Amino acid sequence: MLAVSDLKIHYRTLAGSVKALDGVSFSVADGEIMGLAGESGCGKSTLGKALIRLEERMQYVGGEVTLDGTTLPIADDWAMNPYRFRKVSIVPQYAMSALNPTRRIGRMIDELLAARGLKGSTLRPELERRLAVLGLTPDVLGMYPIELSGGMKQRVVMVLSTLLDPSLLIADEVTSALDVASQKKVAGALVEFRDRGYVKSMIVVTHDLAILAQIADSIMIMYAGKLAEKAPTRTIVEAPAHPYTRLLLGSLPEVGIRFEDKRLPGIKGRPPSLLSPPVGCRFRDRCPLAFSKCVEEPPFIEIAAGHQVACWKADAHAQG
Amino acid sequence: MTSTTDSAPASPAAKAGRNEILYFALRNPKLLIGAVVFTIFLLGAIFGPMLATHEPMTFDAPPGMPPSADYWFGTTLFGQDVFSQFVNGLRSSFIVGTLAGFTAAIIGMFIGFFAGYRGGFVDEVLNMLTNVVLVIPTFAVLLVVAAYLSVRGLGTEAAFIGLTSWPWAARAIRAQTFSLTSRDFVGMARLNGESTLRIIFGEIAPNMSSYLVMTFILLFGGAILTAATLDFIGLGPTDSISLGLMMNYSVMNAALQLGMWWWFVPPGLAITAIVGSLYVMNVGLDEVFNPKLRAL
Amino acid sequence: MLRYLARKLFVYILTFIVAVTIDWAIPRFMPGNPVDALVSRIALMPDANAALTSYFMAAFNLDQPLWQQYLNFWSALFHGDLGRSIMLFPTPVTTLIGRAVPYTLGLLLPSILLSWYVGNVVGALAARRKLLDNSVLPLGYLLTATPYMWLGILLAWVLGSTLGWFPLAFGYDQSLKVEWSWQFFGSLLYHWVLPFASLFMVALGGWAIGMRNMIIYELESDYANYLMALGAPQRLVRKYAFRNAMLPQITGLALQLGAVVGGALVTEIVFSYPGLGWLVLSGIQNQDYFVIQGVFLFIIVGVLLANLIVDIVYVIVDPRTRVGLQGDAA
Repeated sequence: MLAVSDLKIHYRTLAGSVKALDGVSFSVADGEIMGLAGESGCGKSTLGKALIRLEERMQYVGGEVTLDGTTLPIADDWAMNPYRFRKVSIVPQYAMSALNPTRRIGRMIDELLAARGLKGSTLRPELERRLAVLGLTPDVLGMYPIELSGGMKQRVVMVLSTLLDPSLLIADEVTSALDVASQKKVAGALVEFRDRGYVKSMIVVTHDLAILAQIADSIMIMYAGKLAEKAPTRTIVEAPAHPYTRLLLGSLPEVGIRFEDKRLPGIKGRPPSLLSPPVGCRFRDRCPLAFSKCVEEPPFIEIAAGHQVACWKADAHAQG
Repeated sequence: MTSTTDSAPASPAAKAGRNEILYFALRNPKLLIGAVVFTIFLLGAIFGPMLATHEPMTFDAPPGMPPSADYWFGTTLFGQDVFSQFVNGLRSSFIVGTLAGFTAAIIGMFIGFFAGYRGGFVDEVLNMLTNVVLVIPTFAVLLVVAAYLSVRGLGTEAAFIGLTSWPWAARAIRAQTFSLTSRDFVGMARLNGESTLRIIFGEIAPNMSSYLVMTFILLFGGAILTAATLDFIGLGPTDSISLGLMMNYSVMNAALQLGMWWWFVPPGLAITAIVGSLYVMNVGLDEVFNPKLRAL
Repeated sequence: MLRYLARKLFVYILTFIVAVTIDWAIPRFMPGNPVDALVSRIALMPDANAALTSYFMAAFNLDQPLWQQYLNFWSALFHGDLGRSIMLFPTPVTTLIGRAVPYTLGLLLPSILLSWYVGNVVGALAARRKLLDNSVLPLGYLLTATPYMWLGILLAWVLGSTLGWFPLAFGYDQSLKVEWSWQFFGSLLYHWVLPFASLFMVALGGWAIGMRNMIIYELESDYANYLMALGAPQRLVRKYAFRNAMLPQITGLALQLGAVVGGALVTEIVFSYPGLGWLVLSGIQNQDYFVIQGVFLFIIVGVLLANLIVDIVYVIVDPRTRVGLQGDAA
């Protein structure tokens, strides 16, 4: 199981530190698929990346991440290496271009495994079996990435990333670049991988609440570098407690249509700058329910079993 | 989280980015060093000839003198003032570089814009043309053309260099145009029924202005180098002195054997410094315009 | 893959036709009619005059329609007839070129290949190593900005004239006979060092910078990020990056050929080296247009052939061109 407490990650820019992740605490149980959603720039991708590999511009400021009882040294790129791939793995947003274009796929995988002290030949049968689960023949291992379609490349990456049965898989926007039919397939594959035990738990980062509604056990909503709400999927969809979640759901026109960079029609204004975020609730300026107390920061508290919210009015809501 | 750092300068509403770019420009050592060196030589080209106390081509000085108070850069084997030749040559270099750079930039832009924007058949034809000129060793073409022209001026030299050095620029601009054409604001302009020229010069060109500036800088530097090479072979302007010609005279007249370094060091050093400063400036500009490259 | 090569070949053939046409057209359409100048010069040499008349009839016959002249020119070309030198009458231009080419190739091939190789290695080492990068980058820009002849002049001045370590001029000791002997070979090598070194150094800078930038670009690419996210060691990532960064450098080699050939010509002039550059210079000084035109055609053919070889190598190295889904839109 994954436990994150008070994680703070900043982006270094010449204008100052962008507080992309400003004290985030949550946990993901074994076997849980947790959806992570929010507008562009809310910090969800940062969170996903922070759990496996900090980019050069990303700066660890504080907090702790434990996976299956061991603390992950996420601030230390070198010390983190043994955990990557074996314990934590990722299906990146750019899965279509994640394979070295000038190596045959099988050879690239063998070289990667060898570099991690594993033998490609012993893992080959399992690799082929898992490819077959996603409808790919072993032939793809003899091909160059350019010979595969985008969807096929993505499936290869999914199989490769989970080959060592990691405890945690981060699936970063895996459905964004696909058509609706392929989205469903990929989403189905994620569930299948969990059911077969290829991965213990999963964080699915996405813009697409509709996909999450289908596959996630729980959904976590982020806003401006902070957590807004986390609850079982049913609760989020049917009885959201945070006004932001409600607006997010309300502004969802229909299943399959994403809201990415479009301004949300139901939510006026834009998220605050994370260079110097305002004190108090960060959603205050856009919130229809804002009142005097919102100048203080609302704590992220449990209002029902497995349902956490950061809103002063959450209680009233959930009950009403 | 990346909204502040990835604010692409290519967005139509880049006005707010103007100050930011100036901020980074003034703090970029490469850009500043390059600009200072370049400016020094530019000033030399503009004001140098006024300071020169002797004519560049007359033989009125004592021959083969090292630098002295009277002859700042010494004199040639035939008694010409090296300083005067140098500053006049510097001026020729800048004139050729500017004219040739502009010619090549205009052709490259024209071809790149149309090929990238129109696509299809227009693209095919223009691409073929670009490839042919790209493959041809332009230097060899210049050789033949210049050899047959018995009277050559700075203008002809610049024109020839400009007419042969545009292909890589056309290619680069085509690729940029191609990616911009698929953007929303170009699509909007298209839907509004704006003419091709309007879209190209009203929507596409302004959004890659930084790129165009850098392209021009490289074309300018390349032209100076090519001109110096042509001059050195003796195919430069027939009516004036140039840095390449100075090197030619010095080599042909045993300046090396006689150790007359003041004759051949200044012209080569000037070209190296000018072109080098342009390259370094370009790297600096790239860092200023391209947020990804800005050092943290 | 065949489609890719066929496309390239088409461009080369087209280029060749354009080049020959330029070669044919320039003497005819330039102001000041160089043919008159030629004839008047030749008139001073009676035997030359008679022998050249037939060539002029064929190639310059102004009575014939233009297209006929053009075809005549092509036909002469295919018979290997590039005319006769005027300064060294009656030596055919092809003979002069044949004599000069070994020297030029002897300078060009080693300097191109070695500078490319060494530049790539240095550039790759410099990428992402701050200390080395800070010295390689400025030095690289300085070298690429240096005119070929000037570096040659500096080397000749310092190592040749001042220190006297190397000869200043010529392809071999002029007191020796041209023959296959160790002594002659040694002299060749001794005279070769400086012109080679100056060509090598100027070209080196560009390759090093190009490789450095490409490697940095590759290290930021998606596949590199993915490998690092899966905990792959730097060694593997850099190996892939180096290999992939080589590919554009191979294409760059083809694009740079023309410039390097130009560099070789002027370097030869600095060192009075008996290659094509020296030949061209004498041609210009003696208004020997056939020589200039001949060298021009020779360089064009040489560069086009070299381009073709580079393309074939590229197809062998880059799988993307081989799988049929053309790798380069060119």
